[in-house]
Amino acid sequence: MNLHAHLVVERAAFTLDVELAVAAGQVLALLGPNGAGKTTALRALAGLTPLTRGHITLDGQPLHPLPAERRPVGMVFQDYLLFPHLSALDNIAFGPRCRRTTRAEARRQAARWLQRVGLADQAATKPRALSGGQAQRVALARALAVTPRLLLLDEPLAALDAHTRPHIRAQLRRHLADYDGATVLVTHDPLDAMVLADHLVVVEAGHVVQHGAPSEVARHPRTDYVARLVGLNLYRGTAHRHTVSLEGADLSLDAAESLDGRVFVAFPPSAVALFRARPDGSPRNLWQTAIAGIERHGDRVRIHLDHPLPAAADITAAALAELDLTEGQRVWAAVKATETHAYPA
Amino acid sequence: MPAVRTRVPGRVPWVLVLPALAGLAFLVLPLAGLVIRAPWATLLTRLGEPQVWDALRLSLITATAATAVCLLFGVPLAWLLARITFPGRRLVRALVTVPLVLPPVVGGVALLLVLGRRGLLGRWLDAAFGVSLPFTTAGVVVAQAFVAMPFLVISVEGALRAADLRYEEAAATLGASRWTTFRRVTLPLVAPGLAAGAILCWARALGEFGATITFAGNFPGRTQTMPLAVYLALETDPQAAIVLSLVLLAVSVIVLASLRDRWVNTP
Repeated sequence: MNLHAHLVVERAAFTLDVELAVAAGQVLALLGPNGAGKTTALRALAGLTPLTRGHITLDGQPLHPLPAERRPVGMVFQDYLLFPHLSALDNIAFGPRCRRTTRAEARRQAARWLQRVGLADQAATKPRALSGGQAQRVALARALAVTPRLLLLDEPLAALDAHTRPHIRAQLRRHLADYDGATVLVTHDPLDAMVLADHLVVVEAGHVVQHGAPSEVARHPRTDYVARLVGLNLYRGTAHRHTVSLEGADLSLDAAESLDGRVFVAFPPSAVALFRARPDGSPRNLWQTAIAGIERHGDRVRIHLDHPLPAAADITAAALAELDLTEGQRVWAAVKATETHAYPA
Repeated sequence: MPAVRTRVPGRVPWVLVLPALAGLAFLVLPLAGLVIRAPWATLLTRLGEPQVWDALRLSLITATAATAVCLLFGVPLAWLLARITFPGRRLVRALVTVPLVLPPVVGGVALLLVLGRRGLLGRWLDAAFGVSLPFTTAGVVVAQAFVAMPFLVISVEGALRAADLRYEEAAATLGASRWTTFRRVTLPLVAPGLAAGAILCWARALGEFGATITFAGNFPGRTQTMPLAVYLALETDPQAAIVLSLVLLAVSVIVLASLRDRWVNTP
């Protein structure tokens, strides 16, 4: 492993304690809600926040004893922090200049970087005249221009509007693919994490709650936060063969997988069908419940179901009108066993 | 958006307006009198007189030199107060502002006691280097710097506190040492505050009277700055005093104009 870190930062009301490992050329995404400690972890890697305990090892060398300015690390900040008094070119040349490169050579390197991020014509532009997407690319170029062996990105797309985001995300993905060092990326957007990362680490309240390949995390969430992010209904329970007795609800679900012992069970909101009267026919998970809330969700309608199994169900607007559903109404909910997935807890 | 301040409805209270107008007149009338009574017909020839010229030149040179001294020592001092946590920092900040409220004459006396020929440091300076500051042009610079430095330190410290520290962190991640960060990031970021502080400092040095006359005396061409010349001329040649005062007033107006965006146009 290229980067190996155990980060412990203790504050008055908060403790961060996470372990991270990233191979060269790989991208690790730290995903978590606001205040989970993601940015603190990144700052600790950069040397901007001191570790209470733990270690950081990069290429087998201890990194944590070094001050920030001597770590071979490049960082892109959430709002980029481009120096407002320097042009785009001089912002990028700043790092090389600090590493004893001559002024002319630093500017040559910076010009090459501007070219790589497609901003050769903006060399003399001051940061305040750059668009959000351009500023993001300059910030990335500035971080990469010091040839870091560890690249840190703090919410690199959060400051962009929804319109430019997909484009910049795709570009960032290309630049990360070209970069041969380890990358740690902090985000609260699951889409950024899925698109950009090879490995996902989910942090909640300062601790790692789940990690793995993005597709694996998306399929098998292990906390309510992750389940909400990836849009699944998630429950804990005890499995006996295909039948899972749910925790905290007097209900069992039939799952596609045959397991024994403690499990998670999950199904997507789109797999839930709603009926006014008890339906007959095919074997499926069926229970009676009440409607807790109704809201628009893209081109569908999301129905929040109440006791005994709090769940989200997505139906079409036409189905909503046809069923004439209102809040508080009693309905029957059904989910096919083949769409109900269980996995070991 | 900040809330729009709504005006309290009702009549304008004369109890407040009358003293306000009186206060305004009190501030403006003396300056108007200076302009009205100035000997405009002979102004140019009077400005050309060597004693006016000498005083003006000496004032400009010493005020500029004093500002340079204040920048050299005051900016690092402001940085120390704004960025480094050390025991007794509040006390140090209070000490820095003492010359701001101290009567300048007292400052002059204090300078004499320390840097005078028999002073605590002055004795040693005289013995070791043969340097004696009182009653020299250098002494004028010392007196002005002593009185003006707090203006610079307070202004720069305020600017440093207001500056976003994260730019300095960004510089650190790019490999900049603290000195490089200070030089290439912090200083440019606080440049407006620095300029305002330097101008204020310069204006204060230009108008310095009490500490200068106490510590450096009143020798034409050597230590007689504009304010000293005004005071002296008032007894012998009132017309010359008015001309000199007019020059100082003009300089003040120019300083104010250059600072207007920061100090006058507050919302």
